[in-house]
Amino acid sequence: MSREEMRQLQGARLRKLVDNVYHNVPFYREKMQAMNIMPDDIKTIDDIKKLPFTTKQDLRDNYPFGLNAVPQSAIVRVHASSGTTGRPTVVGYTRRDLAVWSESIARCLAAFGASREDTISVAYGYGLFTGGLGLHYGVEHLGASVVPTSSGNTDKHILLIKDLGITGVACTPSYALHMAEVMRKKGITPDDLKLRIGIFGGEPWTESMRKSLEEKLQINAYNIYGLSEIMGPGVSHECECKNGSHIIEDHFFPEIINPETCEVLPEGEQGELVFTTLTKEGMPLLRYRTKDLCSLIYEPCECGRTSVRMTRIMGRSDDMLIIRGINVFPSQIESVILQLPEFEPQYLLVVTRENNRDNLEVQVELKEEYYSDEINKTIEMRDRLARRLQSVLSISADVKIVSPNTLERSVGKSKRVIDKRVLE
Amino acid sequence: MIVKQLSVFLENRTGRINEVAKVLAANGVDMFAFSLAESSDFGILRLLVSDNALATKILKEAHFAVKESDVVCVEVPNQPGALASIVENISSKNISIEYMYAFAQGGVANIVIKTADIDACVAAIK
Repeated sequence: MSREEMRQLQGARLRKLVDNVYHNVPFYREKMQAMNIMPDDIKTIDDIKKLPFTTKQDLRDNYPFGLNAVPQSAIVRVHASSGTTGRPTVVGYTRRDLAVWSESIARCLAAFGASREDTISVAYGYGLFTGGLGLHYGVEHLGASVVPTSSGNTDKHILLIKDLGITGVACTPSYALHMAEVMRKKGITPDDLKLRIGIFGGEPWTESMRKSLEEKLQINAYNIYGLSEIMGPGVSHECECKNGSHIIEDHFFPEIINPETCEVLPEGEQGELVFTTLTKEGMPLLRYRTKDLCSLIYEPCECGRTSVRMTRIMGRSDDMLIIRGINVFPSQIESVILQLPEFEPQYLLVVTRENNRDNLEVQVELKEEYYSDEINKTIEMRDRLARRLQSVLSISADVKIVSPNTLERSVGKSKRVIDKRVLE
Repeated sequence: MIVKQLSVFLENRTGRINEVAKVLAANGVDMFAFSLAESSDFGILRLLVSDNALATKILKEAHFAVKESDVVCVEVPNQPGALASIVENISSKNISIEYMYAFAQGGVANIVIKTADIDACVAAIK
């Protein structure tokens, strides 16, 4: 499809989308009315610049279903991602949304060279997180065999890869490195396996990690990108050229903006990635600000695809951390600490990567009167915070109590996060 | 006898105990007894010292968390069976011991006992 044909298709879909949200989502109708924009003002895809942005805060303010464009009876599935204040971001999908999602992932898998001949294990967590179920139905849609291992049991997963002749594995790249390490210790070599495709996403990774994964597992390692607000994994994917991720732009329209001014930036410039869900029914979003920083490449790819590509994510325009594939905001941790009377509000997060596994350490101080002469009482307080963090963040954190007045106090500028993970 | 014990929170890091000892020494505070309880990532040092007020002040100035608490200190003959009879008396009254430590010198030994109910403990060992 030529760029011009794509733009025609996107324009037609955008007109339909705007008409839909204007009439079915009060949030967008009010925003458009305040900006003096009517659905008729949107004629081509270029008119998208006239439309309002959507932020994570808007999703929170309209929690849980305020941005849905369909009645609850049309929603057939709900996913949720962790939110910054303990409130998750909830996304409802219609039956057609799920079909589009599965097809998008099937297109990603096809670009990775997978076919119905493949057997693919999905080692993303199954549940509220979009990774597990998203990939699961994508693999089925392609017609390949899916092995829903979910995350956690590495030994069993390796056994299945070997015994079932699994050819593709979908997981976070850091988990894949961990698996490679466990295999090496077990004396399993790539020659013992039929593994040939790595479907990696959920966290930022680098060319050197790709090289390491491809060498250790003798596979082709590909990036798959997505976010639950837009759909889940399957928003973009690499191809055999491994030079940027092709955006499934007939469904997810990308723009790059200056995160400060919200101006759309010229082609090729780096800025914040913004998506409009051109075909979504359940929770369609106009110009959703991902906070991910990257740039877009419009030149046709050597693979022959003409779809726009996004570069690797170069960073975030907020302070979000991605730990074991899960989004973590320092403000989430802060709100948990503030709820417990025995802790001072100061904290320091130290993120490390050992044996290819991310580790989050949360350093806190007790209020003076809570420092005890008894070990058990101190451990109880520590474990109570750890349990609360686990339930809010969905990942475990090591809580470390430190001496009073040792954490930085200065408000605002104080450095609350030390990320020691080396990605280069 | 009920005495005031100081406890100091220590991060599990090389040299922390030394820092406490140095601060006390520099200010002429004498330590009669101490015990160290440790978990995987922190420790709690319990001290009986010559001057609680001074020790608390200087340790707090050095950014240590210091807490004063009541413990029972009992002198017993330094001979086999002395500890057993004390503990027997306490447990027969259903008083649970949170922790204890002891130091012996010559013919006597001193046992320091922390329980939830200090007064009952004192009554039990009289």
